[in-house]
Amino acid sequence: MRTTTRRLGVALAACAALVAACSSPTNSGGANSSAPPKGEPLSALGDGEGQLNLVAWPGYAEDGSNDPKVDWVQPFEQQTGCKVNVKIGNTSDEMVQLMRTGQFDGVSASGDATLRLIYAGDVAPVNTKLVPNYDTISSFLKDQPWNSVAGQMFGIPHGWGANLLMYNTDVVKNAPDSWGAVFPGATEVKGKVTAYDSPIYIADAALYLSKTKPELGIKNPYALTSEQLDAAAELLKAQHGNIGEYWSDYTKAVQAFESGTSVIGTSWQVIANMLTADNKVKIATVLPKEGSTGWSDTWMVSSKAAHPNCMYKWMDYITSPQVNAQVAEYFGEAPAQTKACEFTSDKNFCATFHATDEDYAKRISYWTTPQKQCVDGSGDNCTAYSEWVDKWQQIKG
Amino acid sequence: MTVPGRSSHRSRSRISLAFLLVPPLAWLVIAYLGSLAVLLVSAFWSTDAFTGAVVRTYTSDNVTRVLTEAVFRTATLRTIGVALAVTAICIVLAVPLALYMAKVASPRVRLALVVAVTTPLWASYLVKAYAWRMLLSPQGPLTWAAGHTPGYGLIATVLTLAYLWLPYMVIPVFAAFERVPNTLIDASSDLGAPDLTTMRTVMAPLVFPGIAAGSIFTFSLSMGDYIAVTIVGGKTQMLGNIIYGQLVTANNQPLAAALSLIPLAAIVGYLLAMRRTGALENV
Repeated sequence: MRTTTRRLGVALAACAALVAACSSPTNSGGANSSAPPKGEPLSALGDGEGQLNLVAWPGYAEDGSNDPKVDWVQPFEQQTGCKVNVKIGNTSDEMVQLMRTGQFDGVSASGDATLRLIYAGDVAPVNTKLVPNYDTISSFLKDQPWNSVAGQMFGIPHGWGANLLMYNTDVVKNAPDSWGAVFPGATEVKGKVTAYDSPIYIADAALYLSKTKPELGIKNPYALTSEQLDAAAELLKAQHGNIGEYWSDYTKAVQAFESGTSVIGTSWQVIANMLTADNKVKIATVLPKEGSTGWSDTWMVSSKAAHPNCMYKWMDYITSPQVNAQVAEYFGEAPAQTKACEFTSDKNFCATFHATDEDYAKRISYWTTPQKQCVDGSGDNCTAYSEWVDKWQQIKG
Repeated sequence: MTVPGRSSHRSRSRISLAFLLVPPLAWLVIAYLGSLAVLLVSAFWSTDAFTGAVVRTYTSDNVTRVLTEAVFRTATLRTIGVALAVTAICIVLAVPLALYMAKVASPRVRLALVVAVTTPLWASYLVKAYAWRMLLSPQGPLTWAAGHTPGYGLIATVLTLAYLWLPYMVIPVFAAFERVPNTLIDASSDLGAPDLTTMRTVMAPLVFPGIAAGSIFTFSLSMGDYIAVTIVGGKTQMLGNIIYGQLVTANNQPLAAALSLIPLAAIVGYLLAMRRTGALENV
C-alpha cells in the first residue's frame, strides 16, 4: 500500500514538473492593446534568401496551377530567385493561427486579422522606403487604423473590395438587389441558401439591419452592443433554417453551386470567376443596395520571418502596377496601386471597381476585429470578437 | 540476512528490466499522459480577449461554461447520438458479414472478403468522404438510381461515418467468430437446438466481446470526428467542430481544452462500461 502511494506520488510529481516545464511563461504577446510589442523594421534590403513562405487568400498568389494563364508567382521566382510556397488561408482566423506558428514570412491580412497580428507581435513594422511601389499606392489606404499604429505602417496595402451576393440564375429568376434575398427572402429557396462560415458574417446581418431596422441604431456593423448583436444573431438563426450548408473553403463553395446544393448566398468575385470558367451552372453577382461588407488587405511581414528580404521583394512585386492589375482583375477587387489602372486588360476595370474613388471606398464596411472598445469610437460598451464566436456557434446550434 | 550474491543478481535483473521498460514508459508518460495533463491544466487558463494570447491565471469559467451552456449540451447529445447510431449500423452490418466470413465461406472467398473489407483502409479518408459527398449530392448517382437522396445533414454524416469505420468493426467480430470452435456448434445442433438457438445461446455470448471491442473503435472514432461532418453534414455541427472553432476560429485554447474533456469523459465512460463485459481482453 505504502509503495503504491509513493509510486503515485512520484508519477504526480513527474506530471507536475512536466506541466510546469511546458507552461513556463513565454507570454510575451501583448497582454493589453495599449501598445504593440516593439519591433524594428528592416533597415536595408539584402539579397533574397531563395525561399518565401506565404499565407494568402485564394487567388492572391497564383502560380498557374488553377489556370495556366493566371500566373504571377513564377515570373517573381525567376526575377528574384525566391521560391514561393503558398499556404491558402480560408478565413482570417485561420490566417492568424497560421502566422502565430512563426513558420511563414508574410501574410495577406484583412482588416479583421491585422490588428490581432500587430498587437500579438506576430508581424513586424514595415520600412516603406524599401518598397518603391508604395509611393503610388492610393493615399486613402495609407496610415489607416487597420494597417498602422501611431504613424508606423505594418504592411503594404494590396487591394480592397466588397463581398457580393451570388445566385444561380436558373433557379433565382428575379434578380435580387438586396441582402433581404438571403434573410427574409431565404424561405423561397429553403435549404439552398449558403453563407460564409465565420463569426465575421454576423456583420453582414448587422449591415442589413442597419438599413432595414434603423430603430436598432446600428451605425457600424463591427461596433455592436449586446442588444444589437442579439438582434443580428436572431436574424441569422432564422436564416439558419433555410441554409443548406455554410462555406469557408472556397472550393467547397464552387462545388456546392455546381452541384445545385447552394443557389444563393454571399460570395467572392474569385468564386464567381471559377464558376464562370467551369461553365457548369449559370450564375450572376450583384452588390446589393444596402452596400456590403468587404475587405481591405495588407501584405504583412512576420516578426519571425526567416526570409525577410524575399518578403520585401514580394511586397514590392505584388504592388507593382502590372502585377497588381493582374491580381486585382483575377480576384475581382480594386487594386491598391493607382498606376495599376493603366495595365488592366479591361480599360474600365478601375472605374467599375471605383479603385481610386475614395468616397466609394468609404461606403464599404471593411472587415475589422470587433472589440470591447467600439471600433467606430462610439464608446466602450461593444461586443468583442470572442462574444461573436460564441454567438456564431449558438446560431449554428 | 540476505546472501550478497543473490542480492546483486536481483539488482542486475532489475536494472535490465528498467532498461527494457523505461523507453516505452517514458513515451507513455511524457507524450501521452503529459499531453493530457497539459490539456487538463490549460482548461483552467483564460485568454486575452483581443489578441487571443493565453493568459496563465487560474479560472474555472471555461469548465462552468462547458457544463452550463445550451449550445454545448445540444452538440454533445448530437455527437453521442451520432456515435451510437454509427456503432449500431456497423454492428448490424458487420455481424452477418463476419459470421459468413468465419463460418460459411470457403477459404478462398474468406480471403477475398478479408481483402475487400480492409482495402478501403488504404484509401485516403478525404477521398472517401468526398466520394460520399458526390454520391449524396442532389444530382448525384443516388438520386439517379433511387430517385431520392437524404441530402447533406445528420443522416449523411451517420452514413458516411458508418462506411468509414465499418472495417474496424468487421475485423474484431470476424476474429471472435473464428475463435468459436466448430465443435461447440456441432454439439449444440446434435443436442437438438435449432440454428437460431445455437446462435443466441452459444455464439452470441462468445462473440459479444468482439462486438464490444469493435464498438469501442466505432464509438470513439465517431466521437472525435469533425471532418466528415463538414463535408457531408451540411450545416450540422458536432462537438469536434465546436472544439475546432474555439481553437482555430476563436483562438480560445483554454475553452477548447475544457470542451475536449467532454469526448474524453464520454469515451472513458464507454470504456468502463465495456470493461464490465470483458471486451477489453479482446481489443
